[in-house]
Amino acid sequence: MLEARDVTIEYGERIAVADVSVTLAAGQITAIIGPNGAGKSTLLRALNGQLRRSSGVVLLDGEPIEKLSRRTISRRIAVVAQEAELRFPVTVLEFVLGGRFAWASNAGWGWETERDVRIAEEVLRETELADLSGRLMNELSGGERQRAVLARALATEAAHLLLDEPTANLDLSHQATLLSLVRGRCDKQQTAALVVTHDINLAAQFADHILLMKHGKVLDAGPPRAVLTPEMLRAVFDVTVLVDAHPVTSAPRVTPVHGRRS
Amino acid sequence: MTTRVTLRRTLIACGTLMLALAAAIVIMSLLGSEQLPVRASLCAIFSAGTSPCGLSRDQYDILFQLRLPRILLAAAVGGSLATAGASYQALLRNPLAEPYLLGVSNGAAVGTMIALVFFGAFEWSRPVLAFAGALIATLAVYQLARGRAGATPDRLVLAGVIVTTFLSSVIVFVTTLMDATRIRSFTFWLLGDLSGSTGTLLPLVIAIAILGTLALTLNARSLNLLMLGERDAFDLGVEVGRVRILVFVIASLLVGSSVAASGSVGYVGLVVPHLVRLSLGSDNRISIPAAALGGALFVIVADTVARTVIAPRELPVGAITALIGAPLFIYLLKRV
Repeated sequence: MLEARDVTIEYGERIAVADVSVTLAAGQITAIIGPNGAGKSTLLRALNGQLRRSSGVVLLDGEPIEKLSRRTISRRIAVVAQEAELRFPVTVLEFVLGGRFAWASNAGWGWETERDVRIAEEVLRETELADLSGRLMNELSGGERQRAVLARALATEAAHLLLDEPTANLDLSHQATLLSLVRGRCDKQQTAALVVTHDINLAAQFADHILLMKHGKVLDAGPPRAVLTPEMLRAVFDVTVLVDAHPVTSAPRVTPVHGRRS
Repeated sequence: MTTRVTLRRTLIACGTLMLALAAAIVIMSLLGSEQLPVRASLCAIFSAGTSPCGLSRDQYDILFQLRLPRILLAAAVGGSLATAGASYQALLRNPLAEPYLLGVSNGAAVGTMIALVFFGAFEWSRPVLAFAGALIATLAVYQLARGRAGATPDRLVLAGVIVTTFLSSVIVFVTTLMDATRIRSFTFWLLGDLSGSTGTLLPLVIAIAILGTLALTLNARSLNLLMLGERDAFDLGVEVGRVRILVFVIASLLVGSSVAASGSVGYVGLVVPHLVRLSLGSDNRISIPAAALGGALFVIVADTVARTVIAPRELPVGAITALIGAPLFIYLLKRV
């Protein structure tokens, strides 16, 4: 279990995250929604132990995260970030095998074991990339590349997945595919996932729990139906929205009412 | 199923390169302005110098006192520079990163010159100060290149240009402190010159080349992930700060010891890793040791050309490597 308790993070004078608590429960997807600069990604980076907190604790399976080695953390928390630009040719399989680094017996030199390769091939099948495993990463389309980034995170076998705007730059069908894959992991392997996203409707459809953030603070948290109300969304985004039920999934559906800023 | 770098493939590639290197050492030692009898020379080399095999005293000395030490130095310098280049490229995520172009070689050159001018009596002060100069130049370039969004390739190259030109002016300044007779041999040395007598430095340069390459190869898997981005590497379990310091220190040692022994041989760290990656892929577990061996081979051949092409006069080996490297740099710059 990954848990942040009363976490505050400051960048110089600016408070990026103020007194936020969040718990990632096994088998659940938590989505963080909020305007740009709300502190969503900062919170995600703090949960991974990357950012220094000015107060509060982050507990990974009950232990303060700063007490754990980088490799231990990486075996338990995987991050899917917006992909960095690749400047060297790397095949999809090599890229995904990177997810096995934290399990290597010898930190630097170690070679992938049979098991590492098997796991990589499994996640490549799971993400429908098996046919592309020998291709170079920069020959893939945007959607395929983002699936490879997810595949690498899944290859870590971490029980916690942190996804930072995983669907940005993806078209409609790839957005749903990606989150379905995450949903599948959570259901089958009791993975706990945290998704930072701008897409409220995608969050409403896939998340069990939503955190609404603004100016570093959590304004509301709870199941999508309870949190995604017109009042709350106006408070967060300063925009008037219509919320109704999705005709198929019956998840809340949010539509901005344009030209009606509050 | 797919091409993946394995231990077996690495050993085959490195074994082949080692054989080629051994062959090059033997063959190149027979070439030079002084013709040596082939059979007798081979006999003497394979007896490890214990038997002259009919070589005259002069011929024996040319082979064992001049050519072989020079070839071994070329191998160590080439291996060091190529390894340093390959690891800078992985760490800085930039195929253009190269000790000479980043100004690291110039940093080491300034250190060496300060040692020569002020501590001339202590031979060991040269590699020590060269290492210090290389490390300071490395850190300076790294800091200059680091923008808010990380080091972009352009920024890194520009930072390298700035550090290089600044250090060049320091070199000019130090040169004015020397007497006129030494200045000429100095300019030659600055361009990369393996003809200088290295004496006791040779074993040190060879040892650093081998140990440095081993140490970097042992961190190759971390470098593979750093090549994809520092944040990704961190997320996947790499202790980014530790690996970065390790690469900076070891690469500076490699560059420092080569420059102290032979001046700034340019572009080796650019040409060799690029060719290695083209033929063997980007996995540093294979490309770093292969670059070391390939770099040794490259500089041995380049130096043989340098000392034979207008024999009995010689060119600085750096002129040959730059002749090959500069066009490749332009080609790579257009692709990055």
